[in-house]
Amino acid sequence: MAGLDKRVSTYAEALEGLEDGMTVLAGGFGLCGIPENLIAEIRRRGVKDLTVVSNNCGVDGFGLGVLLEDRQIRKMVASYVGENALFEKQLLNGELEVELTPQGTLAEKMRAGGAGIPAFYTATGYGTPVAEGKEVREIDGRHYILEHAIRGDFAIVKGWKADHFGNVMYRHTAQNFNPLAATAGKITVVEVEEIVEPGELEPSQIHTPGIYVDRIIQGSFEKRIEKRTLRD
Amino acid sequence: MALTREQMAQRVARELKDGYYVNLGIGIPTLVANYVPAGIDVMLQSENGLLGMGAFPTEAELDADMINAGKQTVTALPGAAIFNSAESFAMIRGGHVDLTVLGAFEVDVEGNIASWMIPGKLVKGMGGAMDLVAGAENIIVTMTHASKDGESKLLGRCSLPLTGAGCIRKVLTDLAYLEIEDGAFILRERAPGVSVEEIKAKTAGRLIVPEQVPEMTFD
Repeated sequence: MAGLDKRVSTYAEALEGLEDGMTVLAGGFGLCGIPENLIAEIRRRGVKDLTVVSNNCGVDGFGLGVLLEDRQIRKMVASYVGENALFEKQLLNGELEVELTPQGTLAEKMRAGGAGIPAFYTATGYGTPVAEGKEVREIDGRHYILEHAIRGDFAIVKGWKADHFGNVMYRHTAQNFNPLAATAGKITVVEVEEIVEPGELEPSQIHTPGIYVDRIIQGSFEKRIEKRTLRD
Repeated sequence: MALTREQMAQRVARELKDGYYVNLGIGIPTLVANYVPAGIDVMLQSENGLLGMGAFPTEAELDADMINAGKQTVTALPGAAIFNSAESFAMIRGGHVDLTVLGAFEVDVEGNIASWMIPGKLVKGMGGAMDLVAGAENIIVTMTHASKDGESKLLGRCSLPLTGAGCIRKVLTDLAYLEIEDGAFILRERAPGVSVEEIKAKTAGRLIVPEQVPEMTFD
C-alpha cells in the first residue's frame, strides 16, 4: 500500500489496527455479498467486545455467525437476526445486546455517516417501539423521528472488482449495504474477486469511488446460498 | 369456504394496474406474482436492491449473487435495475412504489399494523417492513382473519408491538376483503360461501356491514 495504491497482500494486513471494543460495519444481505474472509480474519484475530453493524448476522457457522462462537460480538445493530440459534441463545442469556433497526433506517444511517449528515428525520418507526426515547418532529402534518448517523472504526466490504485505487464495482444483488458501509468506516477494507489495473473499470460504472477505500485485497469466496430456490 | 393462499393472492392481483411498481412481502404476498392479469405489465421491487425481479432460476441460471428479500435465489428480468440498499429504501420511503403487499399478525380499526414481534416468543427483527408501511400510500395487508383458536386478528386496538401506526386502509383475509375508514372496518367483499355472520363473529374491532356484501368469484 502506498499513496493511492490500496492493495494489501495478506488478510492480517487488511485488518491491522482492529482492536477490542471497536465498531465494525459489514456489508451483505443475508449471506449475499458478505465479506466472508474478512469475517474469518476477525475470528482468527480473536478481537472481542465488538459492536457489529450489519443487516443480518449470518447463519450458524457462516458469515457473521462465526463471531458469535467465541463471543466476540457484544452488541449487534441489525434489522433481522432470525437465522441463528446461537444468536437467539446468547440474546436470551444476556450475553449479546441487539439494537433492532429498520432496514431502510440502517441503510440511511450508514449513508449519512459517510456523507457528513449527523442525523435525519424519517417516518419509519414512528408509533412503534423503534421510536422510544427518540425526538419527534411534525413536518407538514406528519410525524417523524430523529435517527442518528452510524460510523465505524472499520468497515468490511465485499466487492466484485476493484482497481488499484480502490474504485469498486459490485455484482448483482451482492451490492446491497456494501457501498454504504464503504463510506462510513474510518478504515474501509474491501475484499474483491479481482483486482484490475487503473483504467480498466469504466469510470461511470464505478459504484464506490476509491476515495472511500483504504485497503483492498483479492480473495476467493465460497458464496454460500442461504435458500437455494429453483423453479420447477 | 375460507380462501386458499392462492385465492388470496389471486384476489390481491386484481388490484394490480398496468405499469405498477410493486413490493411483495414474504409468504402469501409473493404468490401475487403468479397471478398478474393478462395484458398488464408490472415490475417487482425487492428491498435488497432489485427492480425487475423475475422467476426463480433454473439450475443453470442459479447465482449466489442474485437473491430476493426473502434470501431466495431469483433471476432478474431484461430491463431490471440493481442498486444499493439506501437507494432501495429511498424508492420505498419516498413513496415511489405503487403497491405494497405484506402480511400481519394484527390490524386494528385505526389502521395500525403489528407484524414483526411477539414479545417473549418472536423477536427476530422488522427487516424492511416498517419502512414499507411508512413509505407507501397503497398497501394491502394479507392475513388470516382469526388465529387457529378462533381469536380475531382484526382488532379495536393492536395488542402486539406495532410495525406502523395509522397506515393501513386495505385488508384481505381468508374470509373477506375489508377497508378501514374513520375508526372501523368496512366489509366490502366476502369469500365464496362465507357468511356475514361468521365474519362478524371473527372481527373484534368495530365492523360496518353495508347492505350488499358481494361474494368474491374465482375461476
